[in-house]
Amino acid sequence: MSVQSQTQSQEPILDVRSVSKRFGGVEALKEVSMALYPGEVVALAGDNGAGKSTLIKTISGVHGADGGEIRFAGEAVRFATPEAARAHGIETIYQDLALADNLTIGANIFLGREPMRRAFGFLPVLDRPAMAKAAKETMARLDFHVNRLDAPVGRFSGGQRQAVAIGRAIYWNARVLIMDEPTAALGVPEQRKVVSLIQNLKAQGRAIIFISHNLQDIFAVADRIVVLRRGMLAGERKISETNPDEIVKLMVGG
Amino acid sequence: MSAQTSTESRADPTKSRSRQLILRIAALRAWLFLAILLVFFETWSRISYGQTFLFSSYNAQSIAIFAVAPLLLALGSTFVIISGGIDLSIGFIMGLAAVIAAHATNLAGQSLPPFAAMLVGITAGLVVALGPGFVNGVLISKLKVPPFIGTLGMFGVARGVAFLLAGGTTVPVANSWFASLGNGRVFGFPVVVIITILFVLLMHYLLSQTRFGQHTYAIGANEQAAIRSGINVPRHIRKLYLLSALCAGLGGVLYAARFTAGAAQAGEPLLLDSIAAVVIGGASLFGGSGTILGTVAGALVIAVIQYGLVFINVEPFWQFVAVGVVIIISVLVDQTQRKLGGDR
Repeated sequence: MSVQSQTQSQEPILDVRSVSKRFGGVEALKEVSMALYPGEVVALAGDNGAGKSTLIKTISGVHGADGGEIRFAGEAVRFATPEAARAHGIETIYQDLALADNLTIGANIFLGREPMRRAFGFLPVLDRPAMAKAAKETMARLDFHVNRLDAPVGRFSGGQRQAVAIGRAIYWNARVLIMDEPTAALGVPEQRKVVSLIQNLKAQGRAIIFISHNLQDIFAVADRIVVLRRGMLAGERKISETNPDEIVKLMVGG
Repeated sequence: MSAQTSTESRADPTKSRSRQLILRIAALRAWLFLAILLVFFETWSRISYGQTFLFSSYNAQSIAIFAVAPLLLALGSTFVIISGGIDLSIGFIMGLAAVIAAHATNLAGQSLPPFAAMLVGITAGLVVALGPGFVNGVLISKLKVPPFIGTLGMFGVARGVAFLLAGGTTVPVANSWFASLGNGRVFGFPVVVIITILFVLLMHYLLSQTRFGQHTYAIGANEQAAIRSGINVPRHIRKLYLLSALCAGLGGVLYAARFTAGAAQAGEPLLLDSIAAVVIGGASLFGGSGTILGTVAGALVIAVIQYGLVFINVEPFWQFVAVGVVIIISVLVDQTQRKLGGDR
């Protein structure tokens, strides 16, 4: 990769090589390549219809690629479903967060794979204390110190809910997090919180792809920017070597 | 607020505390209704008749027996409504089960001793009830028919079949064991009430302590989230409508035992009462909330209104008015609660 420098010695955790995807006659992705290294934050930028969503859906197993290959931790992979991608440690956090608002943080983290314990030595019941404990610890790792572990997540603010969705991903050992517009629906203080959340994840060695329209957020948190335009790679820049004007030019093709 | 992002208005601790209090009271509204009603009837009874209302074991047992049938239907509906669905077919599934149980008990009685014949009748009633429940589940989960329409269709089918099988009349049961199941007592408690209490405990466990219950809440709040968490949502929905039909089937079997007769129209007036019990009990028809204990309180509220108004000699038609008013108040409280709770 041309602009990758600080982790040259490392293998990329995720390596997308000349991936193409067409829907009928529309070429949504044309031989797009990008790499992602552990502990790195890559922002995916581009105008509407540039192929950002198609690219992350191809990586996360929603769509199959029509051409090219995706390598994860050095091995060629082909995910048939999002579950398969998740089992490898690629977690996608969509804008709607996919939280059950009526359940606690712990219940959301464990949804679909709840731990059980035996009450009175025989009766299997949900292990709520274990879920609450895991929730508290996981949220603490994200620097969110939550005491109301019995409150449904619907009562929390937007940024906190974002943290819960991220917490669920990291509890299950996601190595690559794909975040779709994580700051879009938030107020300014909450946006700052999410930015610091991403920096925190980066420090833990996780790799992050995040889609954003907000150049301010991108420059605050990303190491590199990959710009797509009309399904093709329009350019790739290190944050330290570019500026917002250049990125906008890449996005609109000026 | 405990997290660090406490920058919005919600973070005000005093506001938050009174809000918590209001939410807690709202969650218990069915029990509050029940307490108010009991105090009202108790006072009235003491002033007008000079005797107790609640502390008479005759009254208490009558109310409990009154509450049994709508409560059994409501238990299954609690799960369905929490998942965001509705089951309109339960009233006639109950009637169908009652007719089948009566026929099967009589038929088996020709060759089997009464106790075995009763068991055959109960089993037949419960198994046949699962049929329409299964069809409901397939319609809703596989063919994506809206629950309201799909179960309305089964409402008609079960109704017609039940009346056809009963020959348009009631089917009397001649079986001493069956009669004592419906009318007998153990340690002074009616058997039907004991069975219902055991069933309530089982359903409470299922809803509040198991993955099945947890997934039911999740589907009601956010079906997409449930799917993305790897929950097999269509299969879960099929189980929910089977459970609802099983509860209705049990209601039908106990009805046949209590009146020693199966009747197709057994559950007809109970459908709306049971849904009312669930809603008064704190469930939202939008899905995502509700509890078994709330539903129990809701069923008791309706039973107390119905029995109490007769007890104080009010024209029985006022029951409908009173239950209707309680439902409306309950839904208003639910909406306020949603607003305060910040639930989306």
